Amino acid sequence: MTEDPQITLYRLQACPFCERVVRVLDEYDLEYRSRFVEPLHSRRNVIQRVSGSRTAPAIVDEATGVTMSESANIVEYLHATYGDERAATDGGESGGAA
Amino acid sequence: MVDLDFDVVSLPDADHPDVGDTAPDFTRPLVNDEFWEDRSLDSLLDDGPVLLVFTTMNGAFPATYTWNELRERDWEADHDVSVVGVTISDPYDTTETIRDRGIDYPIFSDPQNGVAEAYGVVHDLDGMTGVTEPRPSVFLLDADRTVEYAWAASEWPDFPPYDDVEAALDER
Repeated sequence: MTEDPQITLYRLQACPFCERVVRVLDEYDLEYRSRFVEPLHSRRNVIQRVSGSRTAPAIVDEATGVTMSESANIVEYLHATYGDERAATDGGESGGAA
Repeated sequence: MVDLDFDVVSLPDADHPDVGDTAPDFTRPLVNDEFWEDRSLDSLLDDGPVLLVFTTMNGAFPATYTWNELRERDWEADHDVSVVGVTISDPYDTTETIRDRGIDYPIFSDPQNGVAEAYGVVHDLDGMTGVTEPRPSVFLLDADRTVEYAWAASEWPDFPPYDDVEAALDER
């Protein structure tokens, strides 16, 4: 088992925004740990603690020290950090492949 | 337990890992009061010995009694051991149970009962067709998964002999 991957993904089961992030993680063969939380907002304190917001998905990437919410932002971050074309990393909306 | 004026149901002999044997490793979602994630038993053993406690489904009273007793005994406070449960209850039910009942320990969620199967402690539930769960059992494992103490229920219901478990912990 991969017990200590650098990336932790906080996710909800069957959440399309979370699956969107998973697809990109898989695309780049990135190892990640999935932490599932309950759907109720009030039951997402662990995400609140790590990211400052209760929204899922959220990722923590210990390789870069980045913690991030919102699937569009996360996908863009993954492309910029791990993609083949590491261009346009200024953080602006680039409308990438996702 | 209570003195009953009839014989409780006996269970057939369990063929489980015993003292000196190496217990099987496994990976299942490990549930706490906030989330669950896949963890292996070995990853827990990296931090020291583990007391693996198989219980009934979360909703049945033996699980409640067992977790209450383990909270009272608080073995982690004065022994080098991590207490970890195994249940067939699903992760959602298990995280709620941990939170609502103030259980201080993480619990592996294993709805298909494969861990109990690997440990030789499967209990076929009468009247719940297609559902099996672990028979109540306890395994004290040292860091290389060697069994230092083992107990499996021989009656139904039956509860861990807590004093014996504590004696095994004291002997370490």
